[in-house]
Amino acid sequence: MAYKNYILVCAGTACESNKGKALYEALDKELKATGADAEAQLVKTGCFGFCEQGPIVKILPDESFYVKVGPNDAQEIVAEHIVKGRTVERLLYKEEKEKTDPRSQDISFYRKQLRIVLRNCAVINPEIIDEYIARDGYAALEKALFDMTPDQVVSEILESGLRGRGGAGFPTGRKWQFTKNVEADQKYVVCNADEGDPGAYMDRSVLEGDPHSILEAMTIAGYTVGANRGFIYIRAEYPLAIRRLNNAIAQAKEYGLLGDHILGTDFSFDIELRLGAGAFVCGEETALLASIEGKRGMPVPRPPFPAVKGLWGKPTVINNVETYANVPVILLKGSKWFNSIGTETSKGTKVFALTGKINNSGLIEVPMGTTLREIIYDIGGGIASGKKFKAAQTGGPSGGCITSEFLDTPIDYETLQSIGSMMGSGGMIVMDEDDCMVDVTKFYLEFTVDESCGKCAPCRVGGRTCYNILDRISKGKGRPDDIQKLKDIGHAMRKASLCGLGQTSPNPVTSTLRYFEEEYRAHIEDKKCPAGKCKDMLTFSIDPEKCVGCTACARRCPVPCISGEVKKTHVIDASKCIKCGQCYDACKFDAVIKA
Amino acid sequence: MAKLTLDDLRNLRDEKKRQMTQRSAEGKRGEVTIGMGTCGIAAGAKIVFDAFLDEMEKAGITDVTIKQTGCMGLCFSEPTVEVSCNDMPHVVYGNVDEKTARRIVREHLEGGALVSDHIFDKPSTDIIKGAE
Repeated sequence: MAYKNYILVCAGTACESNKGKALYEALDKELKATGADAEAQLVKTGCFGFCEQGPIVKILPDESFYVKVGPNDAQEIVAEHIVKGRTVERLLYKEEKEKTDPRSQDISFYRKQLRIVLRNCAVINPEIIDEYIARDGYAALEKALFDMTPDQVVSEILESGLRGRGGAGFPTGRKWQFTKNVEADQKYVVCNADEGDPGAYMDRSVLEGDPHSILEAMTIAGYTVGANRGFIYIRAEYPLAIRRLNNAIAQAKEYGLLGDHILGTDFSFDIELRLGAGAFVCGEETALLASIEGKRGMPVPRPPFPAVKGLWGKPTVINNVETYANVPVILLKGSKWFNSIGTETSKGTKVFALTGKINNSGLIEVPMGTTLREIIYDIGGGIASGKKFKAAQTGGPSGGCITSEFLDTPIDYETLQSIGSMMGSGGMIVMDEDDCMVDVTKFYLEFTVDESCGKCAPCRVGGRTCYNILDRISKGKGRPDDIQKLKDIGHAMRKASLCGLGQTSPNPVTSTLRYFEEEYRAHIEDKKCPAGKCKDMLTFSIDPEKCVGCTACARRCPVPCISGEVKKTHVIDASKCIKCGQCYDACKFDAVIKA
Repeated sequence: MAKLTLDDLRNLRDEKKRQMTQRSAEGKRGEVTIGMGTCGIAAGAKIVFDAFLDEMEKAGITDVTIKQTGCMGLCFSEPTVEVSCNDMPHVVYGNVDEKTARRIVREHLEGGALVSDHIFDKPSTDIIKGAE
C-alpha cells in the first residue's frame, strides 16, 4: 500500500546536533502511537542546505516546509498535518515580509540555486540504496560499462569541462586521461574527502546525504582508467559520513554493484575507507597518498604527478568528493548539457558553505558565474542585523577576500583568482563592518602555522614569522616596516614552499593588504583598530555626562572592575578591565565609550 | 539479495522510481485533493483516500498527486474531492464513497471524462483569475 504522506527529516550533522535526532525519534514514536505510520512514511534524509533554519522537516506531496522544528513539535505535526491534513502554520518558513510561502521551491533561499551535486540531498534516504537507484542511481555506471569504452568516458568528461572542485580547478578529464594512458599492472582510484577548510562542510554533506553517488563515480573512474581498487580518505571527525559510507559500500556489494564482476561483466572494483586524523596538510594529494600508505602525511614534490606515480608508486586518479558527485550526472545527461551551465572557463555548479554575518547560513549550490551579490543578498538574505557588507572570504586559509567593489563580478575559477582570492573548496565567510581584517588574517595564519607539517622551511618559518608580525600589529606594537616585511615573506613562501599549503598560506595576508592596507596602517601608525575588534588597542570608559547610574554595566562586569553607587556616575578601573565588552552591550544610554 | 544483473537493476529502478515519484509534485499533470477535516473523516474520507491510492496503483497512474486538505466548507456533501488535471475542467466531487473514488480514477484520471453524477461544483476559474 502506498503512503499518503512522506515526512522528510534532515539528518545531516548540522541538524542532528540541533536535536534533529530526538525530533526524528519523537516523530517516529508519535506516528506509531497514532497508527499513522501506515499512512505516512518517515524518511531520514540528507542536508537541506538551509542550516540556519534547521532542523528542517518537509512534508510531501504538500511541499510544506517546516523550519526550526523541535522534538516537542512532533505531536502537533502528526496530529494536525498527517492525521487531519491541516498545515501547522506556526512552523512554516516565512519570508521576511510576512509573506507565507509553504512551497519550498519558491523560497528565495532556493530560487537561484541549481542543485546538481546536491541533487539527492534532502530527497532520498541515504541509508537505502533502492532510493538512490530510483533517482537514476547506478544508471551512469550501467551506461559506462555496457555502452561506452573508457576512451568515450574520458572524452565525455573532457568535453563537459568539469574541473576539480577541491580548489585548484584542474580539468578532471585530463587527470583521468593521464592515468588511463599509463601502462601499469595496478592502478588506483582515490577520493579526497579530507575536508579541512574552517567553515566548509560541502563534502561532508554530500557523503552524508548521497554516499552512493561517490561510490558510483569512483567505480566509473576505475572502469575508465583500468583500476580495480579505490580508497576514500576521510577524516575521523566525520563519524556520520563514515557510517553512511560503510553502510552504502555494504549495500552496493550485496547488489553486486561493487566487488567482483560488477553487473555480470568482467570488471571488478572495490572501495575501502581510510580514516585521517584530521591534519590539514593531508588534503594535499601527495601527503594524502602518503597517509593512506601508512606513512606520516607529508607532501613530496611534483612531478611525478599521482596520475603517473601515486599510491604505492602506481598510477592513481585522485579527485575531490564534489568533483565525483558531478560525474554520474554528466554521463547521464551528456557533456553538452553540463557544458551549457556556467561560464566560458568554468562549467557546472559550485557548492558553497555560506557562513559568517549572514542571515541565511547554509549550504548552497549555484551555477558558476553567479555573482556575490546574488549569493549574499538573494540567497543569503543579506547581512545579519542590517550592518554593512565589508568582505567575503573564500578559499579558506589558502584564499582571500572579495570586497564590495566586486559584488557584481560573476564568480568562477579565473575571476576569483584575478581579484586575489580563489575558489578553494567552497567555504564562504561573510564579514561586516565589525570584523577587523588584521584579526581575521591572524586567525587564518594561526591555522596554517598549526597545520604546517614542518618539512620545508619557507612554510614552517615563514608562516610563524608572519603570524608573529600580525600578532604584534593587533596588539598595537606594529612597526613601520611590518607591512613591507609581510609582503616580502609572503612572496618568498609562495615561490619556495614545497606544497600548496605553504604556497597559498600567505594569500589571506596578501589579499587583505591589497584591499585593506589602510586598516593595517591604522593599527601600526595610529594604534587604533577601526573595527573595534583588537582588544589590546581598546579602552573602555564611561561618559559621566550620559551615565545615569543604572548599575546595568556593573552587574554584567565579570571581573568586576566597575564601581559606583546607584544613580551616581560609574567608573571603569582600566587596570583591571579585561575588555570583554559586556558593559558596552549592557548600557542602554550609550554611556560606555569604546575607543 | 543476490547480485544484480543488468536487467535486475533496470527492473528494480523502474519499480522504485514509481514509488519515489509519488513523493514529489514535480512533473505531475494533476492533483487530487481530498477534504480530510473532521467532517470529511467522519463521512468516510479515509476510506476514500485509501481507495484512490489503491486504484491508482492498480491503474499504474504515477503522474497525479494525491493530497489531503482540511475542511472545504461543504460539510453537507462530504467526503469532497477536488480534482484538477491539465486540459480538463477543475472539478469538485461531492458525496464520494469508495466506489465513486475508483470510478474517478478510471473515468476521470485515466479516461479523461468527468464523473458527471457526482460533480458538486465546477469553480469558474476564469472569473476568479480575472478578479485577481
